[in-house]
Amino acid sequence: MTGENRQAIVRVEHLSKHFGAGSARVDALIDINMDVYPGQVIGLMGPSGSGKTTLLNCIACILEPSSGRLMLDSEAVYDDRWLKADLRRLRLDKIGFIFQYPNLLPFLDGSDNVAVVLHLAGFGAAAARDRAIGLLDYLEVGHRKHAMPSQLSGGEAQRVAIARALANRPRIILADEPTAPLDSQRARIVMDLLRRIAIDQNAAIIVVTHDEMILDRFDHIFRLRDGRLETATGDISRSPVGAA
Amino acid sequence: MNLAYRDIKHNLLRFVLTNFGLSLLLGIVIMITGVYGGLIDDALRQARAANADLWVVEAGTNGPFAESSRIPGDTRELVSRVYGIERAGAVTYQSVQTELNGKPLRLFLIGFEPGRPGGPRKLSTGRDILRDHYEMIIDRSTGLKLGQEVPLGTHGHNFTIVGLMRDEVTSSGDPVGYITLHDAQALQFELAPPAARREVARGGAAETNDQINAVIAKVSPYVPINEVATALSRWKHLTTLTQEQQETLLSKFVIEKARSQQMMIMVLLVIVSAVIIALIIYTMTMDKVRSIATLKFVGAPDRTIVGLIVQQALSMGLLGYFIGLALVLIFKPYFPRRLVLDIESVAVVFVITIAVCLAASTLGIRLALKVDPAEALAASG
Repeated sequence: MTGENRQAIVRVEHLSKHFGAGSARVDALIDINMDVYPGQVIGLMGPSGSGKTTLLNCIACILEPSSGRLMLDSEAVYDDRWLKADLRRLRLDKIGFIFQYPNLLPFLDGSDNVAVVLHLAGFGAAAARDRAIGLLDYLEVGHRKHAMPSQLSGGEAQRVAIARALANRPRIILADEPTAPLDSQRARIVMDLLRRIAIDQNAAIIVVTHDEMILDRFDHIFRLRDGRLETATGDISRSPVGAA
Repeated sequence: MNLAYRDIKHNLLRFVLTNFGLSLLLGIVIMITGVYGGLIDDALRQARAANADLWVVEAGTNGPFAESSRIPGDTRELVSRVYGIERAGAVTYQSVQTELNGKPLRLFLIGFEPGRPGGPRKLSTGRDILRDHYEMIIDRSTGLKLGQEVPLGTHGHNFTIVGLMRDEVTSSGDPVGYITLHDAQALQFELAPPAARREVARGGAAETNDQINAVIAKVSPYVPINEVATALSRWKHLTTLTQEQQETLLSKFVIEKARSQQMMIMVLLVIVSAVIIALIIYTMTMDKVRSIATLKFVGAPDRTIVGLIVQQALSMGLLGYFIGLALVLIFKPYFPRRLVLDIESVAVVFVITIAVCLAASTLGIRLALKVDPAEALAASG
């Protein structure tokens, strides 16, 4: 199988984003092009203010780009304007998001924090609960399914948050510095977990990170500087296809 | 999965405390409604107790409650002879203050002719007045018991309590007492002994106390009331009012200022409640901004967010209302004035509470709908 005959699950074409206007204008992203394929774990790196979180938010359909084109799972969602009216439904169906901090709903226990996404997606109560518990087991945190977020350790909470991101079987998983609050050992465990998810679910995973210790966990690394994509590096042999 | 319920369960103590405060507030709204109902009911109670079709009073007056009215004692016989009058009874009304066991006792005394219209409606205990003099039927709110004696008038007579009634008070809260017409006339019209002696000494006219305040008439069901009223109006020294006119006078004019004041207090309380409920819901929503941003981020539609806020607002309103109502019902007997809570007024307060909660939740909903899903990212540093 070659890169040419596999379809990118995330395709970014000439994407730009600026804030403000006139003399106050700040170009956060300038003519970004990138493709991410199923099964890949991609690192998005760069110094603070380089635009990596802005790019992640644009891909997550949280932030509207200024121009360019964005395709998610073979579907055009932005072409100089949003092409989808219900972006929340789009996120629910296609994107799983892992925050830097777990951002669990404080009033739901571990399994319900996962099941809530499934309820929103239309799952029945029993099916949602079963899948949520299955995911927690998969992430080796099933024994904490009834614990409230305040009772979970940082690592456990992050696993519950990852389970929530995976709940609706998204093809695209975005992670904003998911290892930042963790020590290096736990950070590696989380990255290994993301790799396993990418393979098991044939999903594309894009991780924004500053953490140089986990570079070897990525198939490709995109480096951003001043809103421009500088380089794409990585071990092509570990990747199903090359990145543009 | 009910997010509103889960959030309440998670912050149960805060919810309970907030709800307790709201219950007290709504309890006060319900209480004022009861005071308002009591004011109107008490005002109309004596007029209704008489069970009259027509009130015959002094010419040109709106007596006997709105204005004083004094007519000759034989008016009852006169009225009785008019075609269509089935029964008639002479009555007097007067406020008295006496002292019992060193404490002042205010009473609204009604003099009536036993066996004729104008007597007490229903006794809760004891018996009717059987003797011509010095027996009395009185409301329980006085705290007096059967057989107890109450000194009344300037002649130092003691009246024995032979019957007790329930909930018979005036619009000013004074308990009602019934005595015979003769005793009432003596109390109201007889001069005190020194004054009578002085009157005799100066050669004044012979004293007569055969006066009454009104005649209560029951009309035959086969004769139109208005026809009888027209016939009675031929006498120039009398004015005839229908029961409806009497009730209108009482509710619209006699207690109008008190009624308006109560209504104004009720409206102000509803406004204050609305503001407080709105602030509570707004604050509860503020506390959940991060959760709402996360929910939006993971794909929750607006209806889920709105449902969360509206359900919590309604839970607070419903619980607050029913706890408030329960508190009022528990403490109702201890209020110095009668609270009258009929189904209709309680239902109106319920509807207002729900409407206020829904209206107040719009503030929280506006805030929630404005929350940017990206705030979930900001929160994550």
